[in-house]
Amino acid sequence: MKRNGRTVLIALEIATPFVLVTLYALWAAPRDSFFFPPLGEILAALRADWFGERILSDIWPSIRRILLGFSLSAILAVGLGFALGLSRRARIATAPLVEFFRALPPPALLPLTILVLGVGDVAKVLLIALVCLFPILQNTIAGITGIDPTLRETARMYGITRRGELLHVVLPGALPAIFAGLRTSLSLAVIMMVISEFVAASNGIGFGIWQAKRLFDIPLMWSGIIILGILGYILNMALLQIESRVLAWHRGARKAAE
Amino acid sequence: MMEDRAKTPTRFLLGATVPESALPWLGTLAAIALVDLAVRIGMLPAAFFPPPSVMFVTLGALLGTASFWHGLWDTLWTWAASLGAAAVLGIALGVGMGASRYLYASLRLVVEFLRPIPSVALIPAVILVIGVDFGSKIFLAAFAAFWPILIQTIYGMHDVEPQAMDTARAYGMPGRDRLLRVALPSASPYVGTGIRIGSAVALIIVVTMEIVVGIPGLGELILQARQGANVERTYALILAAGLLGMSLNLGFARLEARLLFWHPSHRKDTR
Repeated sequence: MKRNGRTVLIALEIATPFVLVTLYALWAAPRDSFFFPPLGEILAALRADWFGERILSDIWPSIRRILLGFSLSAILAVGLGFALGLSRRARIATAPLVEFFRALPPPALLPLTILVLGVGDVAKVLLIALVCLFPILQNTIAGITGIDPTLRETARMYGITRRGELLHVVLPGALPAIFAGLRTSLSLAVIMMVISEFVAASNGIGFGIWQAKRLFDIPLMWSGIIILGILGYILNMALLQIESRVLAWHRGARKAAE
Repeated sequence: MMEDRAKTPTRFLLGATVPESALPWLGTLAAIALVDLAVRIGMLPAAFFPPPSVMFVTLGALLGTASFWHGLWDTLWTWAASLGAAAVLGIALGVGMGASRYLYASLRLVVEFLRPIPSVALIPAVILVIGVDFGSKIFLAAFAAFWPILIQTIYGMHDVEPQAMDTARAYGMPGRDRLLRVALPSASPYVGTGIRIGSAVALIIVVTMEIVVGIPGLGELILQARQGANVERTYALILAAGLLGMSLNLGFARLEARLLFWHPSHRKDTR
């Protein structure tokens, strides 16, 4: 009975996505609807366009923008977060500013960066970095202030140097929270990449989708959306992999990674 | 944050003592003054960075215009409508998936694949199919806010203490009551977190649709100010958007603390 139940569960889990895709294929094929083209056409566009020359001309520029902006903000935010996390007064004094930028809907900054930095690659990378900065910063600060004071005092009592304390007590203690911030920021990075390419760009996945929409090439548009889904999925999985490796020692790591 | 120095005044510039509660104000004012100064002495180009004091004055002037309040209202009600729809659907499906193993198994992979799709990727499809109107804004924002609410609700349902459920069952509580009076209250802090995340996400999507597509709202005003090269107004409106986001966050945190005062995670002695 018990084994039977588990088999049913696993079968359900694997079968449902296939059933849904098949249902779409069966629903769309005879209809030939303009906005919801047959599955075959979408897959053909996926293969011919996105997995063809667009890998280099559009997909790679988008990935590069995300990675550059995201890494830049990760470095800045963790550094700044350490400074603010370790100094109580600085933290309290800057709390409203951090809170403000964290609450600001990120796309509101898009007109600003276009105004100040233009529409080039640098502007996009800096926009992504700016938007990703605050969730990581806030989480780093929370991670550091959340460390049990006894831990740091014990370390100090055993004569561990300031550098050793930072490297071996504060950093590991804050890492789970830092990764939570990194995950939030990574999805923001994808969002900002897409909308900055919608609004003004000459290449990139977002640009490709927007152009397809303007030309009413609907299968190409849907296939581009699928590409973005795959990209989001892969980036998310990659970060989770890094996290579970880095935090393998952390008991709550698995829970936090979910 | 609970350090024992919390109540002692802090030594500030020139040895003057200031209570710690004044520090956030001082810090904010100092930052504003610093940027102001940097612009006025020419360190930052005034064409791109109006002095913060000018931003506040411009925002003050905007508060007296009808178009600002119209934009704010359009942003707010579409945000509320989409969050409401996302909450109803997300909590309903989340409770279902949390309570039934079969439903959970069938939909888990679907959720895992749909969730990471950046919802903004759907903007072109949504405006083609629904059109450039409030409907598409509400649909997409609800779609985006749905996922965190769903996921948090499922987590919450899975985190219900088995003993509590067993006790209720042993006392002969019917299934419907076990769900409504044991599982759901116990999961409510998770649901609250989901709604709080969903609120921020919905606001992001609402503003994105306004800026990228030009649907009426605060974002459209920002877009128009930028297109009209009105730098001060652009900044003032962005400031307003940030203040809006902050008040919504704060409002939800307050609401949660008030509604969930009885839950262990919100009781004073356990915090």
